[in-house]
Amino acid sequence: MSELVSRIHIQCRVNGEPRHAETFPMARLLDVLREELRLTGTKEGCGEGECGACSILLNGAIVNSCLIPAIEADGADIRTIEGIASGDQLNAVQKAFLECGGAQCGICTPGMVIAATALLERHPHPNDAEIREGLAGNLCRCTGYQKIFAAVVRACELSTEKKPVSR
Amino acid sequence: MRAYVPAYDLRAPSSLSEVLALLAREPGTWQLMAGGTDLMVLLEAGKLSHKRFLSVAKLDDLRGIEAAREFVIVGAMTTYTEIQNHPILQSEFPLLCSAARETGSIATQNRGTLGGNIVNASPAADSPPALLVYDAEVELVSERGARWVPYHGFHTGYKKMQMAADELLRAIRLPRRAKKWLQFYRKVGTRRAQAISKVCIAGAALVENGAISDIRIALGSVAPVVMRAVKTETSLRGVSITPTVIEAARGTLAQEIAPIDDIRSTARYRLRVAQNLLQEFLSQLTK
Repeated sequence: MSELVSRIHIQCRVNGEPRHAETFPMARLLDVLREELRLTGTKEGCGEGECGACSILLNGAIVNSCLIPAIEADGADIRTIEGIASGDQLNAVQKAFLECGGAQCGICTPGMVIAATALLERHPHPNDAEIREGLAGNLCRCTGYQKIFAAVVRACELSTEKKPVSR
Repeated sequence: MRAYVPAYDLRAPSSLSEVLALLAREPGTWQLMAGGTDLMVLLEAGKLSHKRFLSVAKLDDLRGIEAAREFVIVGAMTTYTEIQNHPILQSEFPLLCSAARETGSIATQNRGTLGGNIVNASPAADSPPALLVYDAEVELVSERGARWVPYHGFHTGYKKMQMAADELLRAIRLPRRAKKWLQFYRKVGTRRAQAISKVCIAGAALVENGAISDIRIALGSVAPVVMRAVKTETSLRGVSITPTVIEAARGTLAQEIAPIDDIRSTARYRLRVAQNLLQEFLSQLTK
């Protein structure tokens, strides 16, 4: 097949660090993250925006990285699963997933953690319906979802506990 | 089979004039890409036959919602998330907000745009029924100038539109209605989240002195284009809702929609559900 274009240079911030890549403009951001930047925490599930395994935060909003052409990452601020913990310190969602057994095979887990983190950033105290809605774009074929749901409820408690009492 | 990405050109000009110039100079060469939530799926499936694309992501004049006295104007690149969170759209155009909330997942809503949804021209799109109910108009721009055209009639056949090769859809405008219309939106899919519609309906009616003085009914996934059920509407104007009227309206609707069997549903199921949803809407008008 003939090549129509040459590689372009893209610069962006990934997990707070400036990063750059040489890639094709239509390459999927998912592939740029995994193959060029070696951030393999982001998984590919369906490759068609249905399963949420490739969820990342693009300029603060959750998106499926399999549906983002690389050219749109230029100048963007990206957070992947690798940027969710602060050093060795897991975030509340990650701790809660461990505590509640929210992961089994693990393929959906990075996307679930991103979705739950994005949800709690929008709604620090979500109700049950908001939790379900927040996770509705992420499929899991192992857990039956109950433990993931429980982990998000627990994550809300953990993030409330660590907040200073007075304000 | 997965697409070979070096075979695809994608450029992201930073000005509208640059995009319009390319469209005018090489009509048909460039296809526009908005949020990419449909095109990127085709790419991955190896079904994206067009090879040269212009991303409109950097065109800020295509974004945002502006409320004027007679219209609310929605930029073509406004996302579903922005639509459902907008207070004026929530209070005056709730069907559009419902459609935005029921399209894909939150991740899709953060990327998918109203203009992209229109130009992608899927007969199963969720926001067009709401746009038809609200008598929306779309603004098409090219180097030749700008024009507003009614959205009703914009789609002329499966994936066909009244839009020239050098034109770009810049905005959608919704006339603000003085009177309080009763409104109804319902999407039926395989599950609540993420599903593509089997049938989708939007309706609005103005009921005065117990009779319908004006009504709009629009449906998705029941014809080659998202359509207004104009015959059914006409049969209901000036009428008070009774069980007999509802039964007759079900019959009229059956004559004007043309659902098909496909991977998502069957013609028979779609017809029955469309009739049931119409009945649900009409029943609510008597309350």
